[in-house]
Amino acid sequence: MSVDLSQFYEVFFEESFEGLDAMESELLDLQPGTPDSETINTIFRAAHSIKGGSGTFGFTSVSEFTHVVETLLDQIRDGQRLLTQNQIDLFLQSVDCLRDMLGALRNSEEPDTQVSGELKAAFEQILNGGEDSQQALTSATESEPQPEAPAGNAHWSISLKPGIDILKTGNEPIFMMQELAELGKTKLAIDVSKVPTLNAIEADNLYLNWQIELESGCDEAAINEIFDWIIDESDIQIQKVESAQSAGEGNDSFDVEAESVAASASTNEQTPESKQEPEKGEEPQAVEPPSGTDVKAAPAKKETPKASTESSSIRVSIDKVDSLINMVGELVITQAMLNQLTDGEFDRDKLSSIQEGMAQLAHNTRDLQESVMRIRMLPISFVFSRFPRLVRDTSKKLGKQIELVLKGESTELDKTVMEKISDPMVHLVRNSMDHGLETPQDRLAAGKDETGILTLNAYHQGGNVVVEIIDDGRGLNTDKIKQKALENGLIKDTDELTEQQINELIFEPGFSTADAVSDLSGRGVGMDVVRRNIQALNGSVELESRRGEGATFTIRLPLTLAILDGQLIRVGEHVYIIPLINIIESLQINPETVNNVGGEYDVLRLREEYVPIIRLHQVFNHESESKKLAEGLLVVVESDNGKVGIWVDELLGQQQVVIKSLEANYRKVDGISGATILGDGTVSLIIDIGGLVKLAGLRKAVRVNALANNQAAEAI
Amino acid sequence: MKKILAVDDSASMRQMVTFTLKKAGFDVTDAKDGVDALEIAKGAEFDLIISDVNMPNMDGITLIKELRALPKFKYTPMLMLTTESGLDKKAAGKAAGATGWIVKPFNPDQLLATINKVLR
Repeated sequence: MSVDLSQFYEVFFEESFEGLDAMESELLDLQPGTPDSETINTIFRAAHSIKGGSGTFGFTSVSEFTHVVETLLDQIRDGQRLLTQNQIDLFLQSVDCLRDMLGALRNSEEPDTQVSGELKAAFEQILNGGEDSQQALTSATESEPQPEAPAGNAHWSISLKPGIDILKTGNEPIFMMQELAELGKTKLAIDVSKVPTLNAIEADNLYLNWQIELESGCDEAAINEIFDWIIDESDIQIQKVESAQSAGEGNDSFDVEAESVAASASTNEQTPESKQEPEKGEEPQAVEPPSGTDVKAAPAKKETPKASTESSSIRVSIDKVDSLINMVGELVITQAMLNQLTDGEFDRDKLSSIQEGMAQLAHNTRDLQESVMRIRMLPISFVFSRFPRLVRDTSKKLGKQIELVLKGESTELDKTVMEKISDPMVHLVRNSMDHGLETPQDRLAAGKDETGILTLNAYHQGGNVVVEIIDDGRGLNTDKIKQKALENGLIKDTDELTEQQINELIFEPGFSTADAVSDLSGRGVGMDVVRRNIQALNGSVELESRRGEGATFTIRLPLTLAILDGQLIRVGEHVYIIPLINIIESLQINPETVNNVGGEYDVLRLREEYVPIIRLHQVFNHESESKKLAEGLLVVVESDNGKVGIWVDELLGQQQVVIKSLEANYRKVDGISGATILGDGTVSLIIDIGGLVKLAGLRKAVRVNALANNQAAEAI
Repeated sequence: MKKILAVDDSASMRQMVTFTLKKAGFDVTDAKDGVDALEIAKGAEFDLIISDVNMPNMDGITLIKELRALPKFKYTPMLMLTTESGLDKKAAGKAAGATGWIVKPFNPDQLLATINKVLR
């Protein structure tokens, strides 16, 4: 039977990665010495499963490597060995190594065996250092029997005296006889001499012994294999009986050929065994291995795994699926009800019932939508779980003592958002550890506890997920950031900026160049990239620094990338959608508060701030209905570095829209993040604020306005 | 149709075993650990039980011992799935009432060949 094992690869990879995560988190909790048996068992089981699976699915490089890991774990588990810090580190490195290997295999690449080779050698050194040299024996596996070339039929004499108890373990002598019969011709004689008198018989016991004659081309191992499970408690003798009897039964033509071979090599003496005999004397099938059980078993096949770069499936808890099924059930009932109402003659009396039904339908649809969305939601612990390791390794490297506190791990987040938020978070966490938290000495000198605390906190707020990265370090060094910004020309000496505004400068691209990093103790390594990545998710990042007390980075993300709360706006005959999350306010323009700057753009003075105005119809090159500023409305939105106003003809309603990718269906369009289909069937474009600002050529203007409102006022 | 209960905590192994056995014409039920398996077995009949040894909650050897103690599974063949490094568990498994074992890694053909030893 052929089974395509590759269909199980994906599940195997998924559970292996899960296993590795579990291993890692348990390893991080381990202390040298004699570890808690439950913990070490969990680690062992994960390694064991990966080994078993990789062996089965033909990933030998992984199974061989996991073997040494498992062996050492086993010895620790059995208390034969004390766990050392070195071993914990080695195990953690193995987790990384296995992740890489499995990752490569998942992408149909050959795993790099250099690292695993080195680690394996390290494990073997530990293993050989101990008293366990018998480990080498275990590599002689039973899994890959070497098929032997079939010899001529031999006569075997088998004496089988099974243990009296074998029936109690579900072993069945009759099946063994049948298996023997499959190897060749058998003759059985039953020895009943051990059967006791009737009143002494116990039905569970086996009193029979057998004497079996077998004529077969098999080897002794094939016979032994049949009795493998009962060999310990039974008395089994297998003897080969030398006999020339079979020689005469052979196929003529085969014999002739055999003889001619013999003749051509006349000096060789030929014994019956060494002579090639046909198996059953008819067709030339003697070249095939006998139809015994495992002789033809091939070693595990190596197949090319399917190409898949990202994990494409998710595990969903049963209750989520249950609620979904429930919801669909409700929907079907409602539909049936509406069906009944609209069946046959229409009657005015039915109107209120139909309205009721429609309301119910709307309710059900909304519930169903929510349930479907929940399917994609996973707890943020999936992202958080990588940080204990990161913090452990990084703090070691930095010589700092850092305690990681995780809060709100069960907060749920869409899987696609989750995949993309992980890297920016790693970046922020690294920054907090590197620049925010002080060394133990510095902390003591500052009157703090020598262990710094880094907190990751997640919670829901409105339709958003908020993730905070909080440290109790020294806070941002505002003076240095200002100095750096002056050097880079980001700000001028005359600019009067608040501390907060200066701190925000770390998100500017100018701060991410390599030379700017080397001599800067503030934070600024690639922060612009972090912000950009978060904004690409329709999210935002803010920072709050408390001098000497620490800093907090707050990431705000939409729950999902598939649905968005949008404000519908109209410009001319086009309807656009502005994400609600970006909107600060909408207002009517008083033309007296608008100034033109350098003939390039209009700026609205809004309370203490200056807000550049973007005319959507100009940017997208079509007509608008309003001709004068006062005729339209201004939607003030938050952009990268400040506020901008989007001038529109009319505000329509707010609604949740399902986002369709423009890039996947058409191509990437600047200033547009996607499209959606409205209730009336028309397509509406969703505005990407950051892209729009860029497209309108206002980037610099916005920044100047945001940073230096007072100066802008003077300029005007 | 012969009924088999396959027990393994690894989903990929479970799927592979289940798929192979179903394809070979067996009626297969699966369970994710000993506790799960025991629960299922108490309410059903099986002609064969195949169980992994290392599992959370209840390991394979305890499972076999528990099942063997139930009258309806007194003579039912029970096979342990074990790795070569777990072969020292053989004795413990047999003492618990296991019929035999299958050494991991194995391929579908080897699995079916082994089952052929106990189900005919």
